Parts: sequence; structure tokens; C-alpha cells
Amino acid sequence: MDSGLATLLALADSRLPTGGHVHSGGVEEAVTSGLVKDVVTLRAYLRRRIRTHGLVTASVAAAVHGGLDPATADRETDARTPAPAARQASRAQGRGLVRLARRVWPEAGASEVTGEGPVWELVGSRPHLAVASGVVGRVSGLEPQQTCATVVYTTMTGSATAAQRLLALDPADVAALTFELSALCDATAAEAAKGIADLSDPLLDVLAQRHAGRDRPLFAS
Amino acid sequence: MPPHFIDGQPHHHDRPKRERQPGEPLRIGVGGPVGSGKTALVAALCRQLRDELSLAVLTNDIYTTEDADFLRRHAVLPDERIAAVQTGGCPHTAIRDDITANLDAIDDLIEANDKLDLILVESGGDNLTATFSSGLVDVQIFVVDVAGGDKVPRKGGPGVTYSDLLVVNKTDLAPMVGADLDVMRRDAGQVRGDRPTVLISLTDDPAASLVQAWVREQLAGAGVTNV
Repeated sequence: MDSGLATLLALADSRLPTGGHVHSGGVEEAVTSGLVKDVVTLRAYLRRRIRTHGLVTASVAAAVHGGLDPATADRETDARTPAPAARQASRAQGRGLVRLARRVWPEAGASEVTGEGPVWELVGSRPHLAVASGVVGRVSGLEPQQTCATVVYTTMTGSATAAQRLLALDPADVAALTFELSALCDATAAEAAKGIADLSDPLLDVLAQRHAGRDRPLFAS
Repeated sequence: MPPHFIDGQPHHHDRPKRERQPGEPLRIGVGGPVGSGKTALVAALCRQLRDELSLAVLTNDIYTTEDADFLRRHAVLPDERIAAVQTGGCPHTAIRDDITANLDAIDDLIEANDKLDLILVESGGDNLTATFSSGLVDVQIFVVDVAGGDKVPRKGGPGVTYSDLLVVNKTDLAPMVGADLDVMRRDAGQVRGDRPTVLISLTDDPAASLVQAWVREQLAGAGVTNV
């Protein structure tokens, strides 16, 4: 039986060329602001990011995966992402994921998601990451909860890797942290699969917006 | 495939090339170590070519916009023809392993500028192992400089070995740093096979004539006919 496990691993792989490596998920600004400065503070940051941004993004992705139309999901994401810079970062990453997905699944039809017309036209070129993730999860044949798992996991690893680069942390410490947080990732993914989470994270919005105003950042967000 | 030797002789394979679609601008990568003169070369090429064809520049900086700012400050092109990609502190990743941000920026440049003929994609200053993905550029120039030491061509690396044009810049400094240009030319020829190498000094020749001539050949070969 095809469990989709290898597909799930491919989608969760940080080497997947979707442009994710130029985004820090707010970590660069958190480091610049002195909020994240070592493994202990990184743990706190990642826990928060998983439980807020990870949960919301995965829950919208799961809803799209389950049939919510992309236009509605786009508005739902905007409503949970008040900072313009955070919206832009989300759309930049969604754009990267769709760019890859169009190459991998060029023939994906409209039946893959609610609505009419070829699926990639329906999604547009700059969808939110949550929307793109939901469509890709469905098109690639995953289960909604697997989509949630990849979204939550990459939400964590993207920020963890950025922190490792920015603070020159011991990679083994950061790896240990990601294993430590794996249970939280799983629980968050399970919760996200139940329905769209109604929350946003003011701290992450503030960090995203401040990052956009910084002189010469390393990361796009 | 990294450069390798069989029976003591350098052994070359053709590298994969991107399939250019009709009407697409030619994309030329400009890579090389920090301070070798990539941005100055890009500026020189812009000044020489901007009146004849529609061109744009995309920079990949370590600190985001330094090179793009330099090009804007020196007004080599209008602002809407210059874009910068943020690379998350990993410029070689952005031009080789995950080129998404660059591809998005190229799409944006094409959207913002009518009928582009040429896009120069400048890498962030990196080391000798940096090279452009064939998914990002059609051909690539690798720029090293005399002041970096005359051993650089011998040390090789994919940029030195496989770039479509190797530029050895700052030849005017050779006497001051004790670099032997003949050694550099010979070593480059040895690792590069038939691939061309030019030795230039932007101080002596601000038009970068030799590089310019090569770029014009590439444009002609790609069917961009108004040069």
C-alpha cells in the first residue's frame, strides 16, 4: 500500500527547492532584537512558532487539502496575518512552492481542488504558503494530516536552521532541539487537521514587520 | 561532475544547458570570489550595452543590496532594471541548490521591463566552489583577480574550470603583487581545455572590451540580433 511516506519526507526536506532557505520565519529579527540568543531562547521561540504560526498555517493547508477553495483560504489567511510584511513573506514562499509544484505535477486538474479550471490557474502565482501547501498536499496524494505534519515540521526547521546560521550554534544542539520538539509538532499537526485555527501571533507579526524595515538583513523574512 | 584527471590529463564533459524558450532574454551569470571585480565588470558591461539592447541586472548579495545599491548609485541602469535577491547568508545556495528566489526575481524583471534581451545575474562574492545552476543561467562568467594570487587558476574549482568564460581581472596589479600572468594564462588553459580565458584590467580598459566581445558573441549565438 502506498502510504505516501516518501512523498511526505520529500516535501518536508529542507533541500526541496522552493526558496524556503531565504526565509528565517522571524528568527533573524528575533536575534537582532536580542530575543533569541542561545539554544534555550531558541527553544522558547520554536515552541511558540509551532503552536501559533505552525498551527494556523497547517490548519488552513488542511482545509484546502480537504476541499476549501483557494480564494476563501487566501482571505482566511490574510485575516490571521495582519502584518503586511508577514503576508508578503507567506506569499513569497507560496510562490516558490507553486513554482516547483507546477514542474512536478504539470497536469494536475481542477478536480484536485474545489473550483473550475486547471488547478495552478486557480491557485494563482502568489498564493499564501498555507494555500499552496494544501493544494500540493492534495495533488501529491498525501492525507490531510500528513500535509499538516510537513507544514508544522518545516515551520520549525526553517527557523531552527536560520538560527543555527545566525548564531553559529552547535548543529547537534539544534538537531537535538528539533527531536525534542517532535512530539509538539505531531500534536500540533493533529490539532490542525481538525479545523481552521482562529488565532494569530502578534509577536511574529511585529517581528516580520520590523525585519522589513531593517537595513541589510540576510534573510528575506 | 567536478574537474578530474584521467592519465594525468584533464577530462571534460559537456555540462547540461537550460533550454531557452523563444523570446526569452539570455541569462549570463557572473560569479567569482569576493573583491575580484564582479560588480565593476557588470557596471562596465551595462555602460557598453545599455544603448543597444534592453538589459537588466540581478544581484545576489550576502548583505542583500550592496551591489545593487552600487549599480543604482552609479546610475548604470534605471532602478526598475536592477533587482536584488536576499540569500539568507548563503549566496551559493541561491544560485546553485535552490534558485527559486532568483527565478522569481527574473520573472519580476521580465514583467516590469518590455522585451528584455539580456539579464546579467551576479552572484554574491563566494569561494572557488561556487557555480551557477544551469536552471538559472544560459552561460556563466567566472571572475578572479591577479591580486588573489597567481595560483588561483591552478587550484581550479568548478568556476575556474567550467565557466564559459574565465576572466582574470586587475592585470595592472601584477607587478605590484608579484603575480606571473603567463603562469595564470597557462594554468587556466590547462584546466579549461577549449574554454576561453581573458586577462583584463578595468583600470586600463574601462570598457572591458574582451569580455564585451564575448558577451556579444553569446547574444548573437542566442539569436539576439540587435547588437
